[in-house]
Amino acid sequence: MNFQLSEEQQMLADSAKRFVRDNHDVEKHRQNKKLMPLDEATWAQFAELGWLAVPFAEEHGGLGMGPLETMVLLQELGEGLIMAPYIATVVLGGGFLRHGSDAQQAETIPSLLEGGLQLAFAAEEYERVFTLENTAMKGEVQGGDVVLNGTKACVINGDHADQLIVLVRTAGQPGDKDGLSLFLVDANADGVERTPHRTVDGRQGAEIRFSNVKVAEAARIGELNQGYDIARTVLLEGLLALSAECTGSLTVLLNDTVEYSKTRKQFGLPIGKFQALQFRMADMFIAMEQTKSLLMAATMKLVEGHDDAAKAVHAMKAQLGRAGRKIGQEAIQIHGGMGMTDELNVGHFVKRLSAVDGLFGNADVHLMEIARSA
Amino acid sequence: MDLRVPEQEKAFRDEVRTFLEESLTPEIREAGKMVTSVFAPVKEAMAWQKILNDKGWAAPHWPKEHGGTGWSVTQRAIFAEELVRAETPPLVPMGLHMCGPCLIGCGTEEQQKEYLPKILNGEHFWCQGYSEPGSGSDLASLKTFAEKDGDDYIINGTKIWTTYAHYANKMFALVRTNKDGKPQQGITFLLLDMDLPGITIEPIVGLDEVTEQCQVFFDNVRVPQANRVGAENDGWTVAKYLLTFERGGQEYAPGLNVQLEKIRLMAEKQQTVHGPMSQDPLWQHKFASVSADVLALEFTEMRIKSALSSGKDPGALSSMTKILGTELLQKVTELRIETLGAQAAIWQPQALVPGSEQPIIGPEYALTAMPHYLNSRACSIYGGSNEVQRGIIAKAVLGL
Repeated sequence: MNFQLSEEQQMLADSAKRFVRDNHDVEKHRQNKKLMPLDEATWAQFAELGWLAVPFAEEHGGLGMGPLETMVLLQELGEGLIMAPYIATVVLGGGFLRHGSDAQQAETIPSLLEGGLQLAFAAEEYERVFTLENTAMKGEVQGGDVVLNGTKACVINGDHADQLIVLVRTAGQPGDKDGLSLFLVDANADGVERTPHRTVDGRQGAEIRFSNVKVAEAARIGELNQGYDIARTVLLEGLLALSAECTGSLTVLLNDTVEYSKTRKQFGLPIGKFQALQFRMADMFIAMEQTKSLLMAATMKLVEGHDDAAKAVHAMKAQLGRAGRKIGQEAIQIHGGMGMTDELNVGHFVKRLSAVDGLFGNADVHLMEIARSA
Repeated sequence: MDLRVPEQEKAFRDEVRTFLEESLTPEIREAGKMVTSVFAPVKEAMAWQKILNDKGWAAPHWPKEHGGTGWSVTQRAIFAEELVRAETPPLVPMGLHMCGPCLIGCGTEEQQKEYLPKILNGEHFWCQGYSEPGSGSDLASLKTFAEKDGDDYIINGTKIWTTYAHYANKMFALVRTNKDGKPQQGITFLLLDMDLPGITIEPIVGLDEVTEQCQVFFDNVRVPQANRVGAENDGWTVAKYLLTFERGGQEYAPGLNVQLEKIRLMAEKQQTVHGPMSQDPLWQHKFASVSADVLALEFTEMRIKSALSSGKDPGALSSMTKILGTELLQKVTELRIETLGAQAAIWQPQALVPGSEQPIIGPEYALTAMPHYLNSRACSIYGGSNEVQRGIIAKAVLGL
């Protein structure tokens, strides 16, 4: 057993730390109160730093790294509340491309690595509690083609994406794992209508309507009706990435709260001297450490291919939802009125945690996944 | 002990319902549905107050001689319930629920004549100048100083978290008039105009991107001593009297019941792989747990009202309902975002502005969920943080 970072991983962490020191995004969160174009300059920097190449194989021009390195990178970026769509494009999008055909990979990966391609995973649907097998949007098989009709909701980075990975039901009923298929669809194709929107965490997404969008077999990722396994593999990595980023955010919330409690005086004392608050901050610390432990457990189990890796990832996402709620709420409460303002960092981190809990199944959904897998 | 509702009170409920149906305009109704805070959009809330006042119903909790309705406790409860059931925008509380009752209890006859009618008709819009940057939970440490000069005080200092100061034309404020002795003993309660020379108002943007709070700065602001409520250096007594109303006058349970019913309807629409979420035992368990707490609170609030109506001071019990009401409200808003999942992350605050033509993205019922969740985090901070309330119970009730 070894929990030490390798030299390579440490370098990645250091470069992310330096980036966050120079590019803390909370100020952007304060300023961006409307729909914004993609921050091309930051994305170009990501490309230059080699971060877009992290999870791709060396034969594709990547660094041949995996979820451990993604974790190391995103934990640091989470501390700066960096809003570049790394998870949407590189972790989820890139994850699906790794399962794509040679032609799909040749067409997309080089451009992604250069920073010229944005991706989004269109999975969530309105009024459907998210699990992959609960997907209802239909893809109708017509000869060699599939025709997509329906709406995908809260597609993170869906507004800036050039290509969409769309999860649809080509057979069976919601609840069936069989019958799901994945397609790589041009976001500007005829019949694809995008309504961009902000998300509570200062980021952006889109509602995406598909009206008779015909996709050829060449656009499919994986086999027809057999998309579940690929989707699950990629989703688990995406959940880990979200969790890693937010674990970084938990750290900031705890540190900021403890610092504030040392300087804010009431009744003649720093409020951190009151035992009632000390106990609560100790509990915040425990919740944060438990989250870090699960993050490491889930990531290492997934990388090493343990049987209970998926269970650990579900536990991780559930823990993130619960710890995020607890730590976020306490951070605001202990900051008092200041915690409720747009001015302090606290609120922006809390909003990120609130959004992430809802994405790809909240704590309740993932607890049920654990119960079912037991 | 008897819970049955007499016939004449059923008739009263019908009367209220009919009135609400006939007098609520579409604009006021829409504003009521879009509320994400204990504070409603100002224009619509004031329009609604005017309609109620024309009917004589703006302040049922005031004594009849000052413009109250003379209703029984049950009638007042029915009225409050019907208001929340019809989702009317809550009235701005600083005049009707805070300054007004305080003047009725502690003001001179002259002050009552001058101010109470204008609170009712909305001519005076009050804000509350209590907290300061260095004095929140420890309110008695406040430093804004009022120095005597002839018939006036000259005020210097700053107040913060002053809700709707940017709309107000009047402020009731706690100022320091004596720096010696126990901090509580040198505080004076003053009424002042917001357009006085030397007052600057700086709005504060909240994390929900809405501006409810302000910081107010006083630079040599001259206020007549006649604007004092109670004796000089005895403002803490006045403030404590008022705080009892601020904390205990509100009823949370009726509004929570309305929210819970809406959440239940939302859960019926959310499909899991096993059918609607409302049939999912995990969700049912969470929903039932909050519902049971709200039922208990409903009766806790009734017990307090009953004590009040027989002339007893609810005292520290108002701290209890403040804790319960605010924390259950937070729980309910949390249950709502948990019921909605990712749909609650769609952020479109501009669609919440009354009269907005902005098309709503996603289910309309999801629109207010996240803003309300975020805004409600303030409830356990304002009006004396819930830590302060627990301290009061420990000290005043348990004798610790």
